[in-house]
Amino acid sequence: MSYEPRIVGFLCNWCSYTGADLAGTSRIQYPANVRVIRVLCSARVDPTFVVHALASGADGVLICGCHPGDCHYAEGNYKTMRRFPLLKRLLAAYGIEQERVRLEWVSASEGQRFADVVADMTERLRALGPCRVRSGLEADLVTR
Amino acid sequence: MGAGKLQVALYWGSACGGCDVAVLDTNEFILDVAAAADIRFWPIAVDGKYRDLEAMADGELDLTLFNGAVRNSENEHVAKLLRRKSKLLVAFGSCSHLGGIPGLANLTSRDAILATVYHGNASLEPGSSGLPQTVTPVNGAELELPTLYHRVYRLADIVAVDYFVPGCPPAPAQVQSVLTAVVKGELPARGSVVGAGERTVCDECKRTKSTKAIKRFFRPWEIIQDPERCLLEQGILCLGSATRSGCGVRCPGSNQGCRGCYGPAPGVTDQGAKFLSAVSSTIDSKDPREIETILGGLPDFISFAYRFGLPASRLQRRHGG
Ligand code: SF4
Ligand code: SF4
Repeated sequence: MSYEPRIVGFLCNWCSYTGADLAGTSRIQYPANVRVIRVLCSARVDPTFVVHALASGADGVLICGCHPGDCHYAEGNYKTMRRFPLLKRLLAAYGIEQERVRLEWVSASEGQRFADVVADMTERLRALGPCRVRSGLEADLVTR
Repeated sequence: MGAGKLQVALYWGSACGGCDVAVLDTNEFILDVAAAADIRFWPIAVDGKYRDLEAMADGELDLTLFNGAVRNSENEHVAKLLRRKSKLLVAFGSCSHLGGIPGLANLTSRDAILATVYHGNASLEPGSSGLPQTVTPVNGAELELPTLYHRVYRLADIVAVDYFVPGCPPAPAQVQSVLTAVVKGELPARGSVVGAGERTVCDECKRTKSTKAIKRFFRPWEIIQDPERCLLEQGILCLGSATRSGCGVRCPGSNQGCRGCYGPAPGVTDQGAKFLSAVSSTIDSKDPREIETILGGLPDFISFAYRFGLPASRLQRRHGG
């Protein structure tokens, strides 16, 4: 079977989820590789969620929030903006490629933009191949 | 534990020896332990051979305190042996509990470590290029060394563990309370973390907490710190918010940032990722470029965020590459 990247998408309720909804109601075609989780704000996406998703088999994680200045909670997306580069650095130290995590600002009216982001991320992950996070024991353990 | 003396063993896997010293640091209490227990095996303090251990009946030991991580075949062998021989096996200290400082080796590979130590080290004799062999023939006999594994493990990755006592090292008062609980048979549910609290280090820290708004991070020696104020608010890394309480806030109480040795606080699935939130929320900027610059002041973030628990993180080791 050919490889299909699995993307976990965290979408903020107020802008990005509505934007994704608009993509749907406008019948814009985009790859079915993203599994959407609706959160109230992009700042609700604790970095532990991203780590959990990757450790559980996701090939990529997409976080979408309102454009800076437009956050429903005024400053939530700035919190996300501050966290995200550090999260990327942390994942890079684990050998996880930068393209596997992505932060995009998508407003409620940007259905097409959401579809384009998903299509682009899917293609990049397809080129990259499956995420190689492995857990558990290595073969060199003695078993006696 | 019934009548008679407790049968006790202490062992170190991949460790620095500090946990053994922490047991001795209980001062005269250790004499009470000696009165209540027969120490059957303790490499740092009493003579003993693995064959003595092998000769014991299964379950003959009431309690084993195992400190140190598992990173070679000897550690693994003895961990399995002690598991069989012990009624209670306790992972004692950060290395055994979470992988500890040795666990940072999981950010690189075994081959890279061996190459650095045996080939790339400036202090080596010129021309010296030998690697230690697991089996070396000498005068017709064979000498054996343990095999170094590709990664560092927690004790619980290898054998079932009954209790976990965190800390690097565990605080003497906690060691004392754990040993007393064992003697009295007053232990909580198996698998629990004992000798620690159920909150975060921040919850117990006396420093005042107000707004966090920093433009740069400081290494501790770069700044005269305010001893009353939260370290994180002053730009000094402190892992208190992601770390389990119970040590008595040893480090922030001594003007040092918490390094997280008590492991993730209850409910925290990944200590480093949790800590990341706390650190980034201190930054005072809404400009992506400025944020990058401020974060650039954290030279080796991952080794701080997981100093004592990389093998316990959800991602466990460096992948791919
Ligand atoms: S971050 Fe450190 S200094 Fe600040 S309150 Fe928490 S433990 Fe105390
Ligand atoms: S303050 Fe943190 S690093 Fe220091 S002893 Fe306590 S848990 Fe360990």
